[in-house]
Amino acid sequence: MKNLIVLIILIALGAYGCKPKTTGSIATGDAASKVYVAPGSYDEFYSVVSGGFSGQMAIYGIPSGRLFRVIPVFSQDPQSGYGYSEETKPMLMTSHGYVPWDDLHHIALSTTNGTHDGRWAFGNGNNTPRIARIDMTTFRTAEIIELPNSSGNHSSPFITENTEYTIAGTRFSYPPDYDGANPDVSISSYKDNFKGYLSFVGVDKESGMMDLSFQIQIPPLNTDLARGGKGPSHDWFFFSCYNSEKAFTLLEVNASQKDKDFILAVNWKKAEQYVKEGKAKAQKVKYAHNYFDENTQTAVSEIRTDVLVLDPKELKDILYLIPCPKSPHGCDVDPTGQYIVGSGKLAAIIPVFSFEKIQKAIANNDFEAEYDGIKVLKYESCLHGEVKKPGLGPLHTEFDNEGNAYTSFFVSSEIVKWNVKSLEIIDRVPTYYSIGHLSIPGGPTSKPWGKYVIAYNKITKDRYLPTGPELNQSAQLFSIEGDKMKLLLDFPTIGEPHYAEAIPAELIMPNSKKIYKLEENNHPYATKQEKETKVVREGNKVHIYMTAIRSHLVPDNIEGVKIGDEVYFHVTNLEQDWDVPHGFAIKGANNAELLIMPGETQTLKWNPDRVGIFPFYCTDFCSALHQEMQGYIRVSPAGSSVPIIFSTGKTAEVKATTGK
Amino acid sequence: MRKLIYIFCITAITAFFLGCGGNPENAMDVSEDTNVIKSGGQETVADDESQKDVVKVAVSSPDHTTLVAALKHVEYVDDLSNAGPFTVFAPTNAAFDKLPAGTLDDLLKEENKEVLKNILEYHVAVGGYKTEYMQDGQNIGMANGDNIKISMLGDKIVINETVNVIATIAASNGIIYVVDGVLLPPAAK
Repeated sequence: MKNLIVLIILIALGAYGCKPKTTGSIATGDAASKVYVAPGSYDEFYSVVSGGFSGQMAIYGIPSGRLFRVIPVFSQDPQSGYGYSEETKPMLMTSHGYVPWDDLHHIALSTTNGTHDGRWAFGNGNNTPRIARIDMTTFRTAEIIELPNSSGNHSSPFITENTEYTIAGTRFSYPPDYDGANPDVSISSYKDNFKGYLSFVGVDKESGMMDLSFQIQIPPLNTDLARGGKGPSHDWFFFSCYNSEKAFTLLEVNASQKDKDFILAVNWKKAEQYVKEGKAKAQKVKYAHNYFDENTQTAVSEIRTDVLVLDPKELKDILYLIPCPKSPHGCDVDPTGQYIVGSGKLAAIIPVFSFEKIQKAIANNDFEAEYDGIKVLKYESCLHGEVKKPGLGPLHTEFDNEGNAYTSFFVSSEIVKWNVKSLEIIDRVPTYYSIGHLSIPGGPTSKPWGKYVIAYNKITKDRYLPTGPELNQSAQLFSIEGDKMKLLLDFPTIGEPHYAEAIPAELIMPNSKKIYKLEENNHPYATKQEKETKVVREGNKVHIYMTAIRSHLVPDNIEGVKIGDEVYFHVTNLEQDWDVPHGFAIKGANNAELLIMPGETQTLKWNPDRVGIFPFYCTDFCSALHQEMQGYIRVSPAGSSVPIIFSTGKTAEVKATTGK
Repeated sequence: MRKLIYIFCITAITAFFLGCGGNPENAMDVSEDTNVIKSGGQETVADDESQKDVVKVAVSSPDHTTLVAALKHVEYVDDLSNAGPFTVFAPTNAAFDKLPAGTLDDLLKEENKEVLKNILEYHVAVGGYKTEYMQDGQNIGMANGDNIKISMLGDKIVINETVNVIATIAASNGIIYVVDGVLLPPAAK
């Protein structure tokens, strides 16, 4: 049987061999069997992939590359009703009001003692600065916190070793938000008025709830990426930055002037201590904090107004700058916590810094200068060594469990494997084309699971059947077992993946929720039995308490709604069975559908715009009689005397009533 | 081949339950061979969180061992583990005992499989026929193509004027009406 399958695949590949391309013929039958997950079998890893400009996250299986789910995070999702239902609208509230889109770049999977614990996935909103927390039992967005004093939340949402904090650093400096400190100033006053911020968002150990613990105000640098320390460097966080030139126009040229920018080394333990000692300044700002209350199944949005800000110009031992060549992008800490890899986008080398040497340099006051009142360490004093001529345009580095690093190169379109200690290059493979981030299961943790490296490529061009000018981005899976990397598979992705993390399936799968228990549903408009369904008028608001179960909606005949009414369909899915959601949609709704999981209540708001009969129905093929799962609502003119009536299964003719 | 794999899966799952007697979640062990196509039907889905479906309800009832054996014999359990919704009239063991001596043994013979399946399908309707939506004199089309007739005698529901509903059990994918007699399709009468 197995041989038969392999044979079929080989034949298929053979037939495909006529494709006029030499580079594409690397995958072999052996590779095919390595990524073949038979129907009904499970992948070894979940991969949590950022959706980039889709604002979402996607879940893929590795090694098959199969897409399992798209999780709505910062963008409205008409498919699930996320951001459309009354319950989820508050999740997308910000200090700017309702913001239904963002640009989600990076993933951080929660860790305990530096290793994956499978509890939460964090994602950053780059545009209107936010951090989201996804609950990995429901694969839903559980919480979103906005960040004040921030623009371009790019170096985020990376975490400390025990998920004490998820962090954020500002890519775009600008005048701070507080107390009139963001006045009407000229852009050319950048050097005087613009500031950067590093935010430390505390994560509750039990609930995961986020709280903006403190911020560190920094010079107007563009912080780019970051990683928490581990083991010996546990107390530290490292951020890369560019634009030490303080350019505010044509950064392509003006932010590439200097030979070196910086890695920012932050002693967050020390910063935390200063906050406790009252050395932070309280500032008044405005930012939203939104969370989904599982109890009421309704999101809550609140505006917060306080933030504590530390000034490293005064508290000098919380922040040091390490020179790093040519606009560093990736800033990655190896599994031992001893080495920090900086990747200058324009550099011809990869510098590797030693945590031990950094500590010695600090102890010996081995500084070369100050930059805006912040101490700058000597490059050579911090350096473990340089990887020479690795390739062009190094971006990001991940690690395996054998002391090796894998760096992505955008310009030379390749992954280069090198040894962290010896700095020797071991192997290189081309990617198709122009790789951005890369991901090894457990690659950013202190215990990499290894086995694969996945390339997330920016350019797809001719890799798949073309779909017009707009193409998907491609991911490529390589085996890293053995010295040589080996291409196994490529697969299309949604949005524009930036960073992704992969985690063993057994850390997630046993905890995956199947249903919401009806008895735990404390939604104020929940209806737990068909006989409790009702239609209630409160002024011009009409609340319909509706239930859905295979294969009918109760009530399914409703009259007495009038033009000018705001109608709320509160639909409770009475099912207690895995994978039996019901959908709900009504004609003419300026909105989306609801997709209600078993045991859950969701609300669709509807403003009827004309007199007549409107059908509604279940949108998710739930059962053999799904097509029968429908109903009608009658809309009468404003001022009509038609009373509210509702029923299901009533076949006797209801006395005709005509509105005025 | 399909059967072989099916047997393999059943054996593996059985071995698991006997072996560990623990959490069926682990039945979805990812470390098993991912190169073998799994072809178990919906009945084999490991799920101890959801409400029980009509098959699981019947399997867990000591009064329905004959019915369950008959359903398994004609390979009808996967169908009834489907989303449905189903209305199942479930004769008790005592109901089967009321059949003339030897009838059941005859029906369980390999050559009578189709006859038995026809009878069992006469106990299943696709649709959730709740008591409150039943009416006196109502006909319900059953899975085998024949109709049953519902009589409402006060609170009592009687099928085909002979068989009484003695209990109602809600299941995740439908409703089970426990009945005190076996319903015989018109053609088999």
